[in-house]
Amino acid sequence: MPGMFIDVRVEDEVASDEKLARKLVEVCPVNIFAVDGSRLRIVEENLDECVLCDLCVQAAPPGTVTIVKLYES
Amino acid sequence: MRFYEYESKALFRRHGMPLGKSGLARSADDARRIAGEIGGPVVLKSQVLSGGRMKAGAVRFADHPGEAAAHYDAIVPIVVNGQKCRAVLVEERSGVAQEYFAAITWDGRRKCPVLVFSDMGGIDVEEVAEKHPEHVSKTHFSSLLPVTPRIAKQAISATGVSGDALNRLTPIVFELMRIFLAYDLTLAEINPLARLSDGRFLVLDGHIDLEAEARGKHRKLLDELGIQPAETRQAREATPFEIAGAEVNAKDHRGVAGNVVEFDGNLGLVIGAGGGSLTLFDAVRKHGGRPANYCEIGGNPSVNKAKELTKLILSKPGVEKIAVMMNVVSNTRVDIVARGVIKGCIEAGKKPADVIAVFRIPGAWEGEGFKILRKYGVDYCDRSVSMYEAAGRAVAKMKA
Amino acid sequence: MSILVDEKTTFLVQGITGREAVNLTRECLDYGSKIVGGVTPGRAGRDVYGVPVYDCVRDVVKHHGPVQGSVIAVPPGFTRDAAFEAIENGIRLIVVVTENIPRQEVAQMVELATLRGARIIGPNCLGLITPGECKMGGIGGPAANTRQAYTRGPVAIMSRSGGMTTEIASTLTAAGLGQSTAVSIGGDAIIGTTYAELMPLFEADPETKAIAIYSEPGGRMEAELAEWVVAHESRLPIVAFMAGRFMDEMKGMRFGHAGTIVEGKEDTTAAKIERMEKAGISVAERIEEIPKLIQKRLAEKR
Ligand code: SF4
Repeated sequence: MPGMFIDVRVEDEVASDEKLARKLVEVCPVNIFAVDGSRLRIVEENLDECVLCDLCVQAAPPGTVTIVKLYES
Repeated sequence: MRFYEYESKALFRRHGMPLGKSGLARSADDARRIAGEIGGPVVLKSQVLSGGRMKAGAVRFADHPGEAAAHYDAIVPIVVNGQKCRAVLVEERSGVAQEYFAAITWDGRRKCPVLVFSDMGGIDVEEVAEKHPEHVSKTHFSSLLPVTPRIAKQAISATGVSGDALNRLTPIVFELMRIFLAYDLTLAEINPLARLSDGRFLVLDGHIDLEAEARGKHRKLLDELGIQPAETRQAREATPFEIAGAEVNAKDHRGVAGNVVEFDGNLGLVIGAGGGSLTLFDAVRKHGGRPANYCEIGGNPSVNKAKELTKLILSKPGVEKIAVMMNVVSNTRVDIVARGVIKGCIEAGKKPADVIAVFRIPGAWEGEGFKILRKYGVDYCDRSVSMYEAAGRAVAKMKA
Repeated sequence: MSILVDEKTTFLVQGITGREAVNLTRECLDYGSKIVGGVTPGRAGRDVYGVPVYDCVRDVVKHHGPVQGSVIAVPPGFTRDAAFEAIENGIRLIVVVTENIPRQEVAQMVELATLRGARIIGPNCLGLITPGECKMGGIGGPAANTRQAYTRGPVAIMSRSGGMTTEIASTLTAAGLGQSTAVSIGGDAIIGTTYAELMPLFEADPETKAIAIYSEPGGRMEAELAEWVVAHESRLPIVAFMAGRFMDEMKGMRFGHAGTIVEGKEDTTAAKIERMEKAGISVAERIEEIPKLIQKRLAEKR
């Protein structure tokens, strides 16, 4: 489920890559990512805390992580 | 944070200050027993965080234990300046030959501690200073260099005290200075410090204020004195609404959304930061608005924290709308506060566009913030609308 | 001209790897300030946005020559010692951002600074800015926001509230009045530099033609300013905004800053306003009146 204001979409190739997943966990300042087993999980209750810092987008291959501002549509 | 008299005295006792025999009564039976143990005339004093006890009838004298028990029952219900009686201190009563006054506080202009001493204690020292300036001395001292007894000696001597009294008083006042510095106090006062007819010197009443900022540093002392972490010790006791506000702030360490003070109006205020809140509260009142609360947001709180504060304010009975206003922000983000406040409204079951009278937070990330507000149809303004005008807009909507 | 900081001012940041310090370092660098080094014990060898980190202030001074200032953004329990370290290493302008420092520790910092000829701004402040030249501290926020609110010109600002410093600057800027130097002096009961202590500097600064101040209940700082202005026959018109008028009826309650509490009559806004007006200081009811009042006072002088 997306948040009220923010959704974070991650391509499966990133979500299933443990190393990349752990990197996302590390860079996000507001704990939007977690790793369950070896797979990335989005921590839904934290989605609206996203500070739009872009660090996750930069940490993954281009186009694989997108931040969606739901208030823009 | 102010100490009760019995707490002040407990601290004095640890430092070897001369104190009369006493005990703390929490029931009439306690009072009777303590008076019996002291054996002789006693004084019973209500333990309240306020002056004016004597005038309110909350200090009484008893000659035997039965009388002490009766006085206990009479004192307990008395509210002094809005403060309730916590317990009753039962203390030996003895003949007083002379009263002195000694206090240490901070002088914000000189930026150092100042020791105020008078040989005319027992009464209001400001009054003595006006009518008999030669009986009051003010001695500033360094907080960097070690404190030594000569400072106390000079302060006492400056009021004309000499002989045996000077030598007996000096160590007591010196110890008070050490206590002041050791516990980061903002006030350490003995009034009166008495010379009894039998020649003894005794601390009859004391008043201690510990700096709120230093509570953590002196937690151990506070624990030993039985002072709870949640006790605010403000001029009036915290209301449940205010305690809930403090909880919202404490639960999440990111930024500030708290310092909630309850008022009885219908306009909830989600305002910040320190200076901005004072300015906005004045502005709302100037326009004839009736604030339901005071609060402060600042330091870039999380969305969740702003949300919880909004929900709390909306849950207060009588609150019809909220005004969300701050000065131009630089650290706090407009979009983050906007998200929190809107989410708070929705979770409280209200439509943001109906319940937010005005949103005036210009500054960092305002572009993103305004997009959010537009989407939810909230009436917002940028820095071209002054804080005063924004408050006026909110008040006008309450009257409409 | 300006006071305290200009384009040549160099400073370091103590506690540079902390969350708030990282932010303000970036903001200051973006604005064009010259941060030569940072200190966080145990983190020597790292860098923050290209600013080298050292273990001790001594090392910053050793590698980067004499440094004029330091911004201290360390936790409250470490602040006094950080200030001592800066002072004893020859730093002469120290901005203490940290809040919640017991006043005894503040008094000790200030006393040592005075002994050594150093100046402390704060604690519990956002620092100071000479628009277009140097931003020292979080004042104004990110560089772009700072440029929007602060422009260069003849009005100095002194404020007990960091946020209101920028609100006033933004209002002055909108009215076409720029600022010479704006100082957020801090909201605590004891602070390193008061209004009156900044006055001789503004008085001597040819660029400064008027002063706007933000004021609130508690303390004797306004009385001290009023006395200074009268005693020195100040050439500078001053316009003050007084917040917290509602507190006059709420004795003993603390609002906002640590120093903001009405204990005695002299702490009230009513008493402060009276004192300031007697000294020729204009008191504004609203922030937006400040530019008009300043223009009026400047016109009267001509
Ligand atoms: S943009 Fe920043 S805050 Fe948002 S999810 Fe990515 S890393 Fe986290």
